[in-house]
Amino acid sequence: MEAQLQELKTQALEKIASASTVKELNDVRVAYLGKKGPITDLLKGMGKLPAEERPKMGALVNVVREQVTSQLEGRMVLLEEEAINAKLQSETIDITLPGRPVKTGNSHPLTRVVEEIEDLFISMGYEVAEGPEVEKDYYNFEALNLPKGHPARDMQDSFYITEDVLLRTHTSPVQARTMEAKGGEPIKIICPGKVYRRDSDDATHSHQFTQIEGLVIGEDIRMSDLKGTLSVFAKKMFGDDREIRLRPSFFPFTEPSVEMDISCFKCGGSGCNVCKKTGWIEILGAGMVHPNVLEMAGYDSKRLTGFAFGMGPERIAMLKYGVEDIRHFYTNDVRFLSQFQRTEL
Amino acid sequence: MLVSINWLKDYVNTQQLPPAELGEKITRSGIEVDAVIDRSHGMTNVVVGYVESCVKHPEADKLSICQVDVGEETTQIICGAPNIAEGQKVIVARPGAKLPGGMKIKKAKLRGEESNGMICSLQELGIEGKLVPKAYAEGIYVLPADSETGSDVIANFNLDDTVLELGLTPNRADAMSMLGVAYEVGAILSEEVKLPEISYQESADTAASMLTLTVDAPEANPLYVAKVIRNIKVQESPMWLQQRLMAAGVRPHNNVVDVTNYVLMEYGQPLHAFDYDLLGTGNITVRHAKEGEMITTLDDAERKLSAHQLVITNGKKPVAIAGVMGGANSEVSDATTTVVIESAYFESGSVRQTSKDHGLRSDASSRFEKGVDPNRVIPAAERAAQLLSELAGGEVLSGSVVFDKVSKDEKIVKVSPDFINSRLGMKIAFEEMLDILNRLKFTTEAVNGQLVISVPTRRQDIQIPEDIIEEIARLHGYDEIPATLPEAETTPGGLTPYQAKRRIVRNFLEGAGLLQATTYSLTSEKSAKQFALEKTETTRLLMPMSEERSILRQSLLPHLLESVTYNTARRIDSVALYETGAVFLKGNDELLNEQEHLAVAITGLWLDNSWQGEKKPVDFFVLKGIVEGLGAKLGAELTFERGQMDDLHPGRTAFVVLGGQRIGVIGQLHPSEQKARDLKTTVVMELNLAALLNLETESLVYTQVPRYPSMSRDVALVLSKFVEAATIENVIRSAGGKLLKDVRVFDLYEGDKMEEGKKSVAFSLTYFDPEKTLTDEEVTKAHDKVLAALTEVGAELRS
Ligand SMILES: [Zn+2]
Repeated sequence: MEAQLQELKTQALEKIASASTVKELNDVRVAYLGKKGPITDLLKGMGKLPAEERPKMGALVNVVREQVTSQLEGRMVLLEEEAINAKLQSETIDITLPGRPVKTGNSHPLTRVVEEIEDLFISMGYEVAEGPEVEKDYYNFEALNLPKGHPARDMQDSFYITEDVLLRTHTSPVQARTMEAKGGEPIKIICPGKVYRRDSDDATHSHQFTQIEGLVIGEDIRMSDLKGTLSVFAKKMFGDDREIRLRPSFFPFTEPSVEMDISCFKCGGSGCNVCKKTGWIEILGAGMVHPNVLEMAGYDSKRLTGFAFGMGPERIAMLKYGVEDIRHFYTNDVRFLSQFQRTEL
Repeated sequence: MLVSINWLKDYVNTQQLPPAELGEKITRSGIEVDAVIDRSHGMTNVVVGYVESCVKHPEADKLSICQVDVGEETTQIICGAPNIAEGQKVIVARPGAKLPGGMKIKKAKLRGEESNGMICSLQELGIEGKLVPKAYAEGIYVLPADSETGSDVIANFNLDDTVLELGLTPNRADAMSMLGVAYEVGAILSEEVKLPEISYQESADTAASMLTLTVDAPEANPLYVAKVIRNIKVQESPMWLQQRLMAAGVRPHNNVVDVTNYVLMEYGQPLHAFDYDLLGTGNITVRHAKEGEMITTLDDAERKLSAHQLVITNGKKPVAIAGVMGGANSEVSDATTTVVIESAYFESGSVRQTSKDHGLRSDASSRFEKGVDPNRVIPAAERAAQLLSELAGGEVLSGSVVFDKVSKDEKIVKVSPDFINSRLGMKIAFEEMLDILNRLKFTTEAVNGQLVISVPTRRQDIQIPEDIIEEIARLHGYDEIPATLPEAETTPGGLTPYQAKRRIVRNFLEGAGLLQATTYSLTSEKSAKQFALEKTETTRLLMPMSEERSILRQSLLPHLLESVTYNTARRIDSVALYETGAVFLKGNDELLNEQEHLAVAITGLWLDNSWQGEKKPVDFFVLKGIVEGLGAKLGAELTFERGQMDDLHPGRTAFVVLGGQRIGVIGQLHPSEQKARDLKTTVVMELNLAALLNLETESLVYTQVPRYPSMSRDVALVLSKFVEAATIENVIRSAGGKLLKDVRVFDLYEGDKMEEGKKSVAFSLTYFDPEKTLTDEEVTKAHDKVLAALTEVGAELRS
């Protein structure tokens, strides 16, 4: 009987080893360890043995059964793992196929520029002020030291609706309105918006465009404060190593008036096609608020002074992104607009 | 303003600065130099030639064979100009010469005849055609007979010159003259200005003996000076004068006209020359025109005058529009022997209005408009008399005929050095301020520590202390100003809730897959009201540039749809754009009611993941979902009501309602509108964004996350095709009691398995009790009530 047991064990272990699938192995389990299997039979047949041999034989059968079971379980883990691996293998996908697109849009490049400028000045304590696009001649011109018949009115041929109402030619009327509303109190605002001039649309002109202007009024505001503020702006907008220079200019609403150039961000100042070989790029106009403008809005120009600056987001976007034709901003070609998705941070 | 540096050197020492460097100094001090133009354009090897003989080319009608003495030799040159003739002094480009535009001259054979160079026109020397004297406009230029054969044309005729093109701002009218520029350069370089020396012989007869003057409009014309010069010979001006005028951008005509233009450029004072005999009356009367009076101006245009316009008359009829243009009836011609030279101060506003009325802008009017220097009116007349006596052999009658009521006083501006420094934020020494003012030729006194400055009348832009600050700062150098930040107390800054929410809207829409567009506010009559939510009277420009851009829009959609078509026409089939911007409605006062709107237009596929078999074309519900999401984001309870609008699909249009007010519309374009715009299925939306953004939202307080599970029951209903889901949802909600938390449509079937005129809609109902876990029985009890209510309204339960 002991020999029979050993024989059985050898057979079982061979079958376990040769089983190649979970199912085959289960068959082996049923065949050898099942209720109708030979090992169970052997246990059942132990009643025929002499009583003194029974414990010894019983222990032996249990040992064999445990050995077989343990082998079988070990093999089972292996086969199951193989089966899973095979299944996973068969589930392999082509990871080079395109992902499911996430639908995304983005801001217009002009909005992008305007928001960047807004955020910079907000961080410096400015508020954003807005005003109507259809404006009174008074706010657009007269309150800005441009009385009727002033020669500088020729600089900006305008779209009139009535004799006294027109499409604003700059965002400066927002400054005039804010000053009037603040009744002599200090101001720190930035004014973005659409403006209109009688220009034929071409690569560099647009009858509609955007502007963003800033105005600071307070005690002892100096021209050096204007220079410092513009310098912060230039570095933030065009890079830390930008230098600025001011050139004298003329605007009826400021005195002194300046234009600001920045050192060319492409060539760094050595001269290239962006800066037309000068090393400098004209970015904006600015100046100290003209005393007439302050007085007209009810400010005491002896006590409070201020500076103002204004720039064109189109020009800045054209410079920053290398856009060659201003009309791109108003054509809304998806192939143009969708390029302004990525961050530059 | 074009400034010849050679000419400028007559008045100021430019210290031999290279032109570019001089230009840079001028730019940095306040007048922008737009261009530095080398008049020689790098030309070489161009000499004076003498045409010894000139015969027709046997093989070519239009060509001449010339033997030309070029100094070193006599050589054969073929010339095609019609005005070439024997005995002329001409401009010859020798073989090896380089001409402007890169043309190189080589020996050549023309129809078998050797040609050793080229006889040149002025255009070939780089002079603009419109500046070439009319006599030579179509051919070669003929030099004065005394030109030295073989000499260098570039050196002898002032082409070795550089012109600075100044971009003048309106305040710097003083720099619209060579003398004005000389003062500016003198101030920059600390050099003195040398004025022209005026001296000439006067005849014994007086101007007053030949001419009388009446000024009937002393306000518009406070100063009028006339000089009479007789026995003049009208002819071509000498080369130096012609070249200076061409360098200044003025076309030479004859010596009389050229002298008036020369003095205009030199002094900035416009002059006019009348033919004394054509005036006919020996009288000049300045008055306002009679309404409807006519004049034919020098450009041969007949012009009708108005009563506010100032004219010069001969006592009977107009002979010039004051300060704008002369009349043809008194024009100087080759036959003229006696001229009247007018130098006057016309009030700027009057000239500006008149020049605008007639659409006539001239070198004269553009100077009068900005205000001429009253102290230069008389010297300019004297200067012209001198030049006419020198260049036209004229006899200057003694004295002038003068009407003079103009103030020639200098403006006094007082300013303290402390004020200047505190406004600039820097320290400029008092001595330096004085030095700068002296360089500017402003007479300055220091009185009790104040600067008392007498500003010359040529600088009419200097009126107030701030103007002096600018003068001092610009000549001291803007680079010297330090960079500081305002010292006032800091303010928080930031966006208003409205502005902040506008950004949220943009972020939401972009996150939803829309690209932001920007279109024009001005549109055509036809597009102005299309898709307008609120139709008011349109607003038209007084003087539009085109019909396409003549009216202010009342809806963003027409232009947004144009942008969609622009893209689909370029084979971009799926387009999703949005725009925010103002629409312009009639307001209560003279300004318009500008309403900020949001518009969306989408076409093509909304979802396109084709390799996974997912393709979803846009439809009404894509946009409705976006609007619903936006409402949720902004805390706005938006509802939708079926509606109709022109050019939208009558069965696929809804108004968006907020607080009982229609604030927007969503719809699919009407098929005929789609066709007209060359679009496939396109859905659009426009909202009164301001109404949404102005909504005040409550502060956000969280609701407890459910502690007990909810249970759901589905119900499928067969309904008439025209029953709306919202109606059924309302029935369910009101019957479901407080346990019913949510109702959601999860299936819609309208296919051919349905009875005609019917559809199947399936709802999922969620029951929930925040206090405990619901039992099946409790849910069934509530749900049965719902089913009963549904049956009552005729909904058929589908199994
Ligand atoms: Zn550069």
